[in-house]
Amino acid sequence: MAGTAIRRRLSWQRADVLAVQREARRAYRLSLRPPDWSGHLPGQHVDVRLTAEGGYTAQRSYSIASAPQQPGIELIVERLEDGEVSPYLTEVLRAGDLLELRGPFGGYFVWPAGDGPVQLIAGGSGVVPFLSMLGHHRATGGLRQVRLLYSARTFDDLIGQAELARQPSTVEVTVTLTRGAPAGWTGLTGRVDARLLAEHTIPPAQEPEVLACGPTGFVEAVANALLELGHDPIRIKTERFGATGGP
Amino acid sequence: MSFVSRGFTGRRRAVPAGRLPPGQYDVGDGFPVLSAGPTPYTSLDRWDFRVRGQVDEERRWSWAEFQKLPRESVVVDVHCVTSWSKLDTRWEGVSVDTLLADVVTAAEFVVAFSDGGYTTNLPLADVTDGQAWVVDNYDGRPLAPEHGGPARLLVPHLYLWKSAKWVRGLELTVEDEPGFWESFGYHNYGDPWREQRYAGD
Amino acid sequence: MTDPDDAVARRLDANAAAGPLAELFTVDLTVAMATCAGCGNTAPLAAHPLYAHAPALVIRCPKCAAVVLRYASGGGRLRLDLRGARLLTVTLDGAAAHGLSPVQ
Ligand SMILES: Cc1cc2nc3c(=O)[nH]c(=O)nc-3n(C[C@H](O)[C@H](O)[C@H](O)COP(=O)(O)OP(=O)(O)OC[C@H]3O[C@@H](n4cnc5c(N)ncnc54)[C@H](O)[C@@H]3O)c2cc1C
Ligand SMILES: [Zn+2]
Repeated sequence: MAGTAIRRRLSWQRADVLAVQREARRAYRLSLRPPDWSGHLPGQHVDVRLTAEGGYTAQRSYSIASAPQQPGIELIVERLEDGEVSPYLTEVLRAGDLLELRGPFGGYFVWPAGDGPVQLIAGGSGVVPFLSMLGHHRATGGLRQVRLLYSARTFDDLIGQAELARQPSTVEVTVTLTRGAPAGWTGLTGRVDARLLAEHTIPPAQEPEVLACGPTGFVEAVANALLELGHDPIRIKTERFGATGGP
Repeated sequence: MSFVSRGFTGRRRAVPAGRLPPGQYDVGDGFPVLSAGPTPYTSLDRWDFRVRGQVDEERRWSWAEFQKLPRESVVVDVHCVTSWSKLDTRWEGVSVDTLLADVVTAAEFVVAFSDGGYTTNLPLADVTDGQAWVVDNYDGRPLAPEHGGPARLLVPHLYLWKSAKWVRGLELTVEDEPGFWESFGYHNYGDPWREQRYAGD
Repeated sequence: MTDPDDAVARRLDANAAAGPLAELFTVDLTVAMATCAGCGNTAPLAAHPLYAHAPALVIRCPKCAAVVLRYASGGGRLRLDLRGARLLTVTLDGAAAHGLSPVQ
């Protein structure tokens, strides 16, 4: 991947903000064009830095939502009411601005090599790195079995609906809503627990690579339940987002 | 390097001049939680507070005994080295003077030690004479675990990392022994008004 | 987990330290295997718990919770403490696969 990269660009650069568009009830999609970008692995993140007059800075990590095959990069940011950075990225930032970032980073929480089955488990904005992975899987015509279990608060909180709706037949997407479902909802409701995992994810006997991402509390509960079900810890990878709006 | 993110101000607000040490901002109502490790949960019947090291005799108080010691209330500003300050914080607890009363020692330093393995070093002269407390109450309520409960040290005239959370005792030492952050390049003394953040500042 | 939600919320995976560590290392240190100096446990650095709401990034052993690595940039200096790591192993294939070319 990113065959042109001889040395990764790790210093801060100012990306052009091409668009900031509403993605879900509290989430916005940022389309960015970094001047120096030699590609990324699906699942990697960037660090974003904001600088105030006087030099005060705040720095946060955001997963890349777009597939490596797509030009530029997209981030999807969920707005936290009392947050410092996410309200700026979702409400103040607009097309034409410059956004400082560096990356891509993180070679661990990335699309697994090989052709064995892959189970993705997302809580809230934790679905973002998986959008990049699924985009990559589709673009490369992968044949391996992939399942995504995605927990969101409400239907209006669902991120990546357009992408998730057009998946190839190798990919199965299961959504569960934790704070009530709209009339006519035929998907799941309720939190991700051992029972829900047992019924709606690839069983441990098939030895899937499992990636779980979302708010820290969600990820830790899922990881514990996966161990309970008998998954080998070697094949479980997690990415905790810290405090977020919740799944 | 003079890039500014259009319209970004961050979590800073104006405060009366002179209230904040250099380089600090006011967090207002918030009370950020800093943690370098998992929050320890020590049950009160296993909790004790010890004074040990260079002392004539070790002192130990169980939680029940600690509760019977004379208590003081203080209202102070606290300053974190990560650059936030919180004004007029209200604490209640036992003065370190009370805990060190009658201790005979040649020590000139103390190391505060905590559940979870955290340590921080201070000159003995900075925790005596009404400058430091072991507090178990914040803003009228028992101190929450994330803020250091059941009890933390409070040394408000130094950066807040000196106010060890989950404190379990003081070790009196003749030699100065750098603690968790002091051994990582943070300033040995940590006076916010002289902006002593890092070794050499 | 017995931590209340807000305490849990401050724990991350050391994967999130990849950016800061790249200020110092040209290989992605988070894909390295780290061996704890305390208990000898070996795991990918990225799979270690990371405490980032502190004066430094503090990476702890997933098994015994001892500090494995501390890293901070501030005051115009970069600081790294690796006392808690007995061994770091970087697989060059992995590094090459992640954008670095060991030959060249
Ligand atoms: C590897 C990685 C990838 C990520 N990817 C994404 C992504 O794709 N999309 C996304 O939306 N988010 C992502 N995140 C989360 C993101 O980095 C930010 O944490 C998030 O946007 C919140 O930032 P904020 O500045 O708005 O909120 P903050 O100001 O950081 O506050 C967050 C919440 O925590 C509380 N809080 C903050 N600091 C403290 C403290 N010291 N003590 C007590 N409470 C505190 C605040 O009150 C608030 O409720 C990712 C995180 C990581 C580590
Ligand atoms: Zn260990």
